[in-house]
Amino acid sequence: MSVSVEVRNLSISFGAGASAVKVLPGVSFSVERGECFGLVGESGSGKSTVLRCVSLLTDFWKGEVLIDGRSVRDMPLIERCRTLQMVFQDPYGSLHPRQSVRTVLNEPLVIHKLGDREERIRRAITDVGLPVSFLDRFPHQLSGGQRQRVAIARALILEPSLLLLDEPTSALDVSVQAEILNLLQRLRNERGFTYIMVTHDLAVVDHMCDRFAVMLRGEVTEILPHEAIAVNGASHPYARELIGASLEYEGIR
Amino acid sequence: MEKTILDVQNLRIRYGGSTTEAVRGVSFTLGRERLGIVGESGSGKSTVGRALLRLLPGATITADMLRFDDVDLLSLSEKEMLKIRGRRMSMILQDPKFSLNPIRRVGDQVAETYLRHFQCSRREAHEKAVAMLEAVKIRDAERVFKQYPHEISGGMGQRVMIAMMLLADPDLVIADEPTSALDVTVRLQVLTILDGLVRDRGIGLIMISHDLNLVRNFCDRVLIMYAGKVVETLKAGDLDQARHPYTQGLLAAQPRIGGTRQPLAVLDRKPEWLEENA
Repeated sequence: MSVSVEVRNLSISFGAGASAVKVLPGVSFSVERGECFGLVGESGSGKSTVLRCVSLLTDFWKGEVLIDGRSVRDMPLIERCRTLQMVFQDPYGSLHPRQSVRTVLNEPLVIHKLGDREERIRRAITDVGLPVSFLDRFPHQLSGGQRQRVAIARALILEPSLLLLDEPTSALDVSVQAEILNLLQRLRNERGFTYIMVTHDLAVVDHMCDRFAVMLRGEVTEILPHEAIAVNGASHPYARELIGASLEYEGIR
Repeated sequence: MEKTILDVQNLRIRYGGSTTEAVRGVSFTLGRERLGIVGESGSGKSTVGRALLRLLPGATITADMLRFDDVDLLSLSEKEMLKIRGRRMSMILQDPKFSLNPIRRVGDQVAETYLRHFQCSRREAHEKAVAMLEAVKIRDAERVFKQYPHEISGGMGQRVMIAMMLLADPDLVIADEPTSALDVTVRLQVLTILDGLVRDRGIGLIMISHDLNLVRNFCDRVLIMYAGKVVETLKAGDLDQARHPYTQGLLAAQPRIGGTRQPLAVLDRKPEWLEENA
């Protein structure tokens, strides 16, 4: 139930001609089966763009993305969506305001022609720790944390092997963040998911990830194990600065 | 403590159309110090900040006392309030992208504060604004003065906002999540600048934030709010010795660098917290 991911020389430019902006000049990293891999860096460094490229939400990139050795481009759409799913940053923007939770969870099942729909929907909502009675609620009847759980349930209902998490907790309070992080950790222990997680919070990286890449202006400056954060074991100056700032901010000097 | 700038007793706020109060009896005093107000979203912390500046149209504000220096904020007319707002008391907002006017040059927006509150020429206001932009460590302030908000970065936008709010030399600054839209590295720079200016000028600061690390490092005293009430008041340095289970819960829910990676503690919200008062 888990896959490895290999990103080789991924590059992308937005715009055309003289005004084209090279957002990713050539990103390479690999994620092992069942690993939680973090992507950190300042805003505009291309972290989210990497996820959008891996999931083919943006498809005009060059380079290679291999999932278990197979290029994502060679996967048929249906198979790709069953292999990888994405959870977006803002649970206020990523759920359709006029669809009930049941409709949100039912749609992927219809598209993928899966049976036992009611059973699967109930299991998905229970897995993320929400009561079954919530199925008939609409997004405006849910809190931010509950919405993010629904977004995670929507990603899980297709039983993917790879979850792409784009700042899954940055719109939430610490108390709610703790619930979501625990949920993600529990699901990973139970099902052996591979996670690629974009975040700007190094405390979250240290808590969740095995390894992480520090990005600067579209380039991966350094890939480090999570243990390197507490001792600031980075060698690239920017990575050192970022980790140093986070340590200072946490009051660990 | 030195002279009290702000004295709030039993502040209650009810939004128009709502049957329950958003803020239910908050009391505190502020000297020339840095006071943090923390709590989750919906706890009423921003509502308190806005009520002090009377920026809540349609809401009912009552209090036994709401005194700023020598004026009673509740009895002022809107016209009198205009002389206080931005001049003696000002507010730094969360996101410079949304709180600067997108179609006016940033320098003009900063200078406007001075033009509005002091009798002076445009040129004098311009000079004051440029000096203030330099004070918030913006290099090449003359150039930035002429730029529009979309041409500057988030960190710079937030520094422009700080410049704008400190230009009239207020006695009290309310900063509502001043850095949550910024990256960690930039966040520290902005906070250090704000901190330096507030100390140098002896301004009272109220820092509203959901971030416990921020108030721990940049405040003297912290109020912890839950559901419209203050549940605990602590010295920032003693935050770890918090006694209220809500504060303890918030602290435990935070992932820490170098932590054990065990599942994080989750808040168990007790109904009796709604009733207590610190």
